[in-house]
Formats: sequence, structure tokens, C-alpha cells
Amino acid sequence: MIENYLNIFINAIFIENLALSVFLGMCTFIAISKKIEAAIGLGIAVIVVLAITVPINNLIYNYILRDGALAWAGLSDVDLSFVGLISYIGVIAACVQILEMFLDKYVPVLYNALGIFLPLITVNCAILGASLFMVEKDLYFGESVAYGLGAGVGWALAITILAGIREKLKYSDMPEGLQGLGSTFIIVGLMSFGFMSFGGIIL
Amino acid sequence: MSKYSEILFRPVFKENPIALQMLGICSALAVTSKLYPTLIMCVALTVTVSLSNFFISMIRNITPSNIRIIVQMTIISSLVILVDQALKAYDYETSKTLSVFVGLIITNCIVMGRAEAFAMQNPPGVSFLDGFGNGLGYSVILIILGTIRELFGTGTILEYEIFPLVQNGGWYVPNNFFLLPPVSFILIGLIIWALRAWQKDQIEEPEFKMSQNSPEIVPNPPPTPSSKAAS
Repeated sequence: MIENYLNIFINAIFIENLALSVFLGMCTFIAISKKIEAAIGLGIAVIVVLAITVPINNLIYNYILRDGALAWAGLSDVDLSFVGLISYIGVIAACVQILEMFLDKYVPVLYNALGIFLPLITVNCAILGASLFMVEKDLYFGESVAYGLGAGVGWALAITILAGIREKLKYSDMPEGLQGLGSTFIIVGLMSFGFMSFGGIIL
Repeated sequence: MSKYSEILFRPVFKENPIALQMLGICSALAVTSKLYPTLIMCVALTVTVSLSNFFISMIRNITPSNIRIIVQMTIISSLVILVDQALKAYDYETSKTLSVFVGLIITNCIVMGRAEAFAMQNPPGVSFLDGFGNGLGYSVILIILGTIRELFGTGTILEYEIFPLVQNGGWYVPNNFFLLPPVSFILIGLIIWALRAWQKDQIEEPEFKMSQNSPEIVPNPPPTPSSKAAS
């Protein structure tokens, strides 16, 4: 039982890393990875938001949207799965908004650290992508908690590593056209090759 | 007239959404290993971004500015749901290949970015053109990637054999390296390099520069190992 959760968790961090294997959240991944402190801040924000929104979307999918899920309300032949996209993005936007207000009121220290990143996260495709993958994999509630947490940790790990590499690379002398964006793409490509070597892990 | 063609074609090379504005990289990299799904993805994105720009621009004067993100999101998600359902109805195989990536057009930053940066300030007709141009700019990069990866990865373009394969009695051994997802990153990096060699003004300033030895400070620079070896 616990092995299954651990397996999903490790799998989401290393083998199906959101950033380096399925390339989600790339815009923020490349834009915010210049400084390591900012990268860690954004990484933590992504972990928190994913760990909250994926389980909530799992409940919404399993009890409202999926084919026959409304049987408890006496509507056993209603299939609402086509409005999935709009409900997930609504849940994500609402969660981010509530989280922002909650942190502002009760944990101001954390709010000051994460404040500027939270609005960015609504439009980060890693967040919506994780919910869509959760639906595609057809996970249970407990599994979706493990998956959300693992996906967040994996994304945070990847952006921290990239920021570390870029901080060192800014001193290097490279061809003019490759400066900035060009070299970053190539580094991400090489990192992604590195992460492919985790492909064989089976717990 | 030239103003309109300017709006339409500027995003293709001068302000390419992927290569310069760093937008919309997210959802597309994983779909370019074959050209056909790539083309479908390009059409889906271009339709969405043009129409969302058009509709958002239509209601720009009556949208209260503090809830505009939610309004834009709703319009964009409705359009993406339409595209997704249409694709499932007419080309189910491709929609399986693209899996979650059609849905991810919602959070594709090109769509949000153009809505926010252009459609909120401009009338519907021009916004439609801007959206279409940005869709084209995105498509150009994706089609280049899809063509290179399919050609070298499997020797075909749109399933039509260009390089005769070894197992069919030809000479080309397919390079599976090009089918791996990370290659699309390296190819984009190289495309950016090529584009910036052509459009010099897109080059980013480096944060640190190698300082040159100036003769005032170092009158007799010590001989470097290479010059010693030469003498």
C-alpha cells in the first residue's frame, strides 16, 4: 500500500519529471531561472499549489464530472467530462487566490517570500498539466496526493538545478547569438538527457 | 495596408513568440517528433489565439479591469474545449497522440500574453490579425522542428519516404536520437542562434564581459604559453 504511494511519488519526481520529461511550465521555467533564490521560491510555491490542486481536482473529477459520477444525485447517465478543462482551471485560479489571501493574513513571512510568484502560477502549464495527467492516469484520491506532491518536488528540483547552472554560466564567454535564451535551451536539453537515465528505476 | 501586413508578419521573424518573447514553449515540445501531429497542433493553436484575441478585443471596453484575467481565461477555455471536441470527433487518432497537450493550449502563454498585451488595447479586426500572426510565428518554429525530427528520425516526411531506409533496401539508417524529446530543445537553441545571426538586434547583452588587457595598466603583458611555444 505504502509502496504504491512511494512508487508514484518517486516516479513523478524522476521518471516523469514535469519540466524535463514532458516539458511543462517551460515559460516560467526559463524566465525565472536566472537567480537561484528566486528559483527556489517559485519551486516551493509550485509544490504547495500542486499538492493542493491535484487532489481537489481529483475529487471534482471522481464525484462530479466523470461518466456516471453523478449517480449519488440520481443522474447516473450524465457525463460532464467535456467541461473538465474549464473546471480545473477555475479550481486552480480559485485555489491560488485563496492561498494568496490566507498567506497574506496568517503567514506574512511566507507571503513576502512567495507573493510575487503566486499569480504567475495560475497560468503555469505544469499545474494544469499535472491535473490533466492525473485524470489520464485515473488515480485514486490517495494516489493523487502522492502524485501532486511528487510532481511539484520534481519541478522544483529541476528549476533549482537549472538556476545553479545558469548562475555559473553567466561568466562564460559564448558566441553572441547563443547568449541568454539560446544557451538556456541547449542546457535544458542536456539536463533532460541526464534525467532520461532515471528511466529504469522500478521500486 | 502595409500596417496590417506589418501586424501580421512582424511576429513571424522579428518578434517570434518562441524565439524572442519566450512564450508558448510549454505545450509544444513533446508533440514535434512527427510532422502530422505538429501540423494539427499548429492549426489548433492558431485558431485559438486568433479567435480569443478577436472575442476578448470585442468586449475589452465592458470588461472590468480587476476581473479581466478570469474573463480571458473563460473565453480561452471555452475555445479550447471546442477545438478539443472537434479534434476528438474528426481525428481521434491524432487527439490520442496529442493527449493532454491540446488542453494545455489554455495555459499556453502566447494566448494569454497576446490577449493581455494586444487585444485589450486594440479593435477586434486588428487583434484577429495579431493573433493569426503569432500563431504563424509559433507554427514556423514547430514545423521546422517537426520536419527535421521526422526526416532524420525516421527518414520520412508526413509518412512519405524521403530517405530510403536500410531495412527497405535503401541506404539510410534512421537516427532514433532525433525522436527523443530533449533534442527539440537543442534544435530550438540552434534555431535561435541562426535567427540571431540574421537579426542582429535580437542578441541579448551579456551580464558580464571579459575585460580586455589595456596597455596603460599592463605595459608589458607577460608572454602567454602559446607565444612562448611559438618563439
